[in-house]
Amino acid sequence: MEFAELIKTPRADNVVLHRPFYLAVEGTLCLTGHHLIFSSRRQDNAEELWLLHSNIDSIEKRFVGSLGTIIIKCKDLRIIQLDIPGMEECLNIASSIEALSTLDSVTLMYPFFYRPMFEVVEDGWRCFLPDEEFELLSSVTDEWRLSCINKEFSVCPSYPPVVIVPKSIDDEALRKVAMFRHGSRFPVLSYYHKKNGMVMMRGSQPLTGTNGRRCKEDEKLINATLRPGKRGYIIDTRSLNVAQQARAKGGGFEQEVHYPQWRRIHKCIERFNILQESLIKLVEACNDQSHNMDRWLSKLEASNWLTHIKEILTAACLAAQCIDREGASVLVHGTEGTDSTLQVTSLAQIILDPRCRTIRGFESLVVREWLQAGHPFQQRCAQSAYSNSKQKWEAPVFLLFLDCVWQILRQFPCSFEFNEQFLIMLFEHAYASQFGTFLGNNENERSKLKLPQKTMSLWSWVNRSEELSKFQNPLFEANSLVIWPSVAPQSLQLWEGVFLRWNRPSKFLDEAHEEMISIIKYNKELQAKVNALRRQLAEMETDDRMQENL
Amino acid sequence: VENVRLLDRLSSRKSALGTLYLTATHVIFVENGSETRKETWVLHSQISSIEKQATTATGCPLLIRCKNFQVIQLVIPQERDCHDIYISLIRLARPVKYEELYCFSFNPKLDKEEREQGWKLVDLNEEYNRMGIPNNYWQISDVNRDYGVCDSYPTEVYIPKSATAHIIVGSSKFRSRRRFPALSYYCKDNNASICRSSQPLSGFSARCLEDEQMLQAIRKANPGSDFIYVVDTRPKLNAMANRAAGKGYENEDNYSNIKFQFIGIENIHVMRNSLQKMLEVCELKSPSMSDFLWGLENSGWLKHIKAIMDAGIFIAKAVAEEGVSVLVHCSDGWDRTAQVCSVASLLLDPYYRTMKGFMVLIEKDWVSFGHKFNHRYGNLDGDPKEISPVIDQFIECVWQLMEQFPCAFEFNERFLIHIQHHIYSCQFGNFLCNSQKERRELKIQERTYSLWAHLWKNRTDYLNPLYRSDHSQTQGTLHPQMAPCNFLYKFWSGMYNRFEKGLHPRQSVTDYLMAVKEETQQLEEELEVLGERLANLQKSQLNDNKFKSKQQDRSKQLGLSTSNNSLANTPQEYSNDLKSFPSRSPSQGDEEDSALILTQDNLKSSDPDLSANSDQESGVEDLSCRSPSGGGCLPSEDSGKDSDEAVFLAV
Repeated sequence: MEFAELIKTPRADNVVLHRPFYLAVEGTLCLTGHHLIFSSRRQDNAEELWLLHSNIDSIEKRFVGSLGTIIIKCKDLRIIQLDIPGMEECLNIASSIEALSTLDSVTLMYPFFYRPMFEVVEDGWRCFLPDEEFELLSSVTDEWRLSCINKEFSVCPSYPPVVIVPKSIDDEALRKVAMFRHGSRFPVLSYYHKKNGMVMMRGSQPLTGTNGRRCKEDEKLINATLRPGKRGYIIDTRSLNVAQQARAKGGGFEQEVHYPQWRRIHKCIERFNILQESLIKLVEACNDQSHNMDRWLSKLEASNWLTHIKEILTAACLAAQCIDREGASVLVHGTEGTDSTLQVTSLAQIILDPRCRTIRGFESLVVREWLQAGHPFQQRCAQSAYSNSKQKWEAPVFLLFLDCVWQILRQFPCSFEFNEQFLIMLFEHAYASQFGTFLGNNENERSKLKLPQKTMSLWSWVNRSEELSKFQNPLFEANSLVIWPSVAPQSLQLWEGVFLRWNRPSKFLDEAHEEMISIIKYNKELQAKVNALRRQLAEMETDDRMQENL
Repeated sequence: VENVRLLDRLSSRKSALGTLYLTATHVIFVENGSETRKETWVLHSQISSIEKQATTATGCPLLIRCKNFQVIQLVIPQERDCHDIYISLIRLARPVKYEELYCFSFNPKLDKEEREQGWKLVDLNEEYNRMGIPNNYWQISDVNRDYGVCDSYPTEVYIPKSATAHIIVGSSKFRSRRRFPALSYYCKDNNASICRSSQPLSGFSARCLEDEQMLQAIRKANPGSDFIYVVDTRPKLNAMANRAAGKGYENEDNYSNIKFQFIGIENIHVMRNSLQKMLEVCELKSPSMSDFLWGLENSGWLKHIKAIMDAGIFIAKAVAEEGVSVLVHCSDGWDRTAQVCSVASLLLDPYYRTMKGFMVLIEKDWVSFGHKFNHRYGNLDGDPKEISPVIDQFIECVWQLMEQFPCAFEFNERFLIHIQHHIYSCQFGNFLCNSQKERRELKIQERTYSLWAHLWKNRTDYLNPLYRSDHSQTQGTLHPQMAPCNFLYKFWSGMYNRFEKGLHPRQSVTDYLMAVKEETQQLEEELEVLGERLANLQKSQLNDNKFKSKQQDRSKQLGLSTSNNSLANTPQEYSNDLKSFPSRSPSQGDEEDSALILTQDNLKSSDPDLSANSDQESGVEDLSCRSPSGGGCLPSEDSGKDSDEAVFLAV
């Protein structure tokens, strides 16, 4: 298929672009296979807007006489309006955009066509491999092994080829456990807490069904993570009710009788369309220009977004507390173990592990706990807040995770190496990107698509010093402590950087940020100068003394 | 009373056993056990309500709510003791004479001269001079000398030159409580001004020539404009109801060249109830997100804040952009009028966004113009219906602006919180009584100390590190976003949940940046010293030993840590399910607390002034999140530091 077939009108002149807080600009609109490009022809203030078609969530058309208006709503929540003279042109452009922004085939997506304009210093596809992670682990404990059981994705289609499991459990046992867990997602190591040797495992629900099936190997596997005489916690991310209902469909939860050393705690984290609807309502409220103070708060409340944030954070804090304070190992799962489970395990690591609060550590966390762990990005991020499709598999699971990270970052502004922009960037790229990192639903699909060979990794771009500097938190001071966020409603706030990003002028806040950077920069410069002078003085003094001694 | 338990409001499991002392000025709770003896001090004047609850098996619970939003829950073993304490506190918390208030016994060990100096820090005549007054249009008037015209006004008022004493007196007779129009702010760039008064006694048809002339005079004092705005800050319905009582609002037909405008700010009773509702939300035990947002919404608090801001923005716009003078009033012109005039001044003039300027602003629009501090904040026992968080709302408006303009204010959040605290504490004389007249009669300046001097002395604590006097945000008028950006108004947990330190960000950007700036200053100094030494050394290569020791001292100092994050890295109550699980040695429990107390003790010994009211101290600690013992974030201290048990909070 040629993109040209889809582009009925590649170019329109005298188009007017409207954006909130900017003056309307007149210019030329061009459509290419992957971009909508608007460039103003004003000499004094030439500007260009490049918008990926894949970033477009929905479009609306309106006509007043022969002047057509297209309203484009993006997955990054931005809304722009284009006034296009000529009804036919406008219709053509609208239908082209619609077609180009809803391409069926992944291989037609921009990452397969994108040619980087920067030099690749470090190939992101080769970073954060499981072997590296395991090497780190083996330096502190030898109770674990790297299993290649899933080499051809033959045991679990949504797991990576290699996983970390208890040493005492052989591959044969793992195969049996896989049969006993939803989607074959047998429990694997998620996190090892160096401080006390406790671990966090994750998997999916056990297939106990209504007649209480059991699996000795499963019991053996998870018991292998316990110290003698110790107990552990199973955190089920579903309410007890939901977990019980799951039995009717062949799922279920660990029965006390078969897992006597484990205490099960149910936490209710919502999934799928409930989350998607929450996002839609929230963004609607944020975009509503008419409401008074009253309606704003009730709309914020009605969206339930912050309730979800609170639930997820609470579950993650609980997991972290079990590990760090109770000195117990933890197993986390919900139903599939690809959504709420990952929110909990990854946030718990941010709380517990200072490494995850560095830029590289956080990237590694996203790779391990989201990409390799098989969070179906392509399905979940297919549409964002303006979608009308209401597909069951669309859900802002990853955005909720990023929001939770932002909440912790806000409470511990000096403990993270990255800043809010870094999180916003990840949000954008998860939904629309020139990079292949977030394409596909799991490692299996990624390898079939040959993404590492055919596309550029997001990390190759981010981890260059030019880009990194934008994402660094000037206030960062390594904090080796466990950080316990508050989950009280008073402590949780709307993430304005994402949800009000296009609805409020940010000039004053940006200025404050710049001021902060310059204060710290000046301090660093002075430190360098003082150190240099000190060295110089010390040298001169030694010279002196030597002369004296002579 | 011994063996009293102090409950942690947010966790039933955590409580401290100790001894309760009642003194003439404070309730003091001293914890048993730990060597450092953690203390909680509460000033009697901060107590807003005491509630004795039903006796339980463990004892008799006593709930003390404070005006600075602290809530203290005590359990006293003996019913009789509890009753005695209850009765004593009820009496102590409601003094009937000014002489009983803390400021008359508070002695910061300053000599007479220092005290007098302190009262001179804020000088309103100087302030009007700064505005450019007196000038061709405005003059100081002694018409109210000896409070002959209006007993709630200051003796010195500024009025248009063309307004004769006859006009003023005539106008005053036509205004509630004789509060005639007087100058609040003058913009020397365009001659536009903000004047304030009370409502006219217009009833349904009455008019007053002198009052009309008075408004005419205000208009003439601004030759650039041919009309003035008259802003009635009440809802129209309230103003109309007032007409039946012979009061009301200006009829546009009777006054030449006025534009009349209602801005619906609710009255003190609505505001009192609104705050009450919001505090109930703050006090909820482990509320859900919905409980909280619904409660906040239903309280209407933020809506009221927005109404005040909108009024201030309207006036600031009229003055700065249209160059039109504004006369503001409400009913008596001492509550909403004070709020609105001061918000407008703050928006208009960068001076009021400095620390000194802010003190001047409160002194000008609140203290001098007879805001009834005693009635509104219940310093003396009085009519509970007179109590209302009027200035609290103004202080919150400032905070909301600080959130929107982080570089525009010289002071920080702590400054606002401490001012709020002292409005209720009665530790300083500034906010005593209901008017300047009463304060003079009581000889406040001779018998008490000024808060402004105290704050000024500690000003480094109150600096906003992002403030730079040459920054663009600090120049000119602030233009906050008007509707529809309602989401700009946020709940201020730093104030209303001030004593629940677990709810706040655990690291303070402000304190971090202040520490960096302090270090920067030291570096600058050292750079200079080193530069000199280098020059010297180059000059005379021979005598070099002099500076050696000094240099070493310096470098030690520079190892200073700017870290803030040692505070309370403790998990909260994330699940009730965990309760049944045993473990946790109680002996771990005290480390964090003792660290906190250590600083309190340090402060106490070094600063007698602060130690006298250490309830304020705990406020400081809450807010600052400063590393209490210095190096909490050092890797070596890792687990030790964060291993104690929980400030258990809401799930």
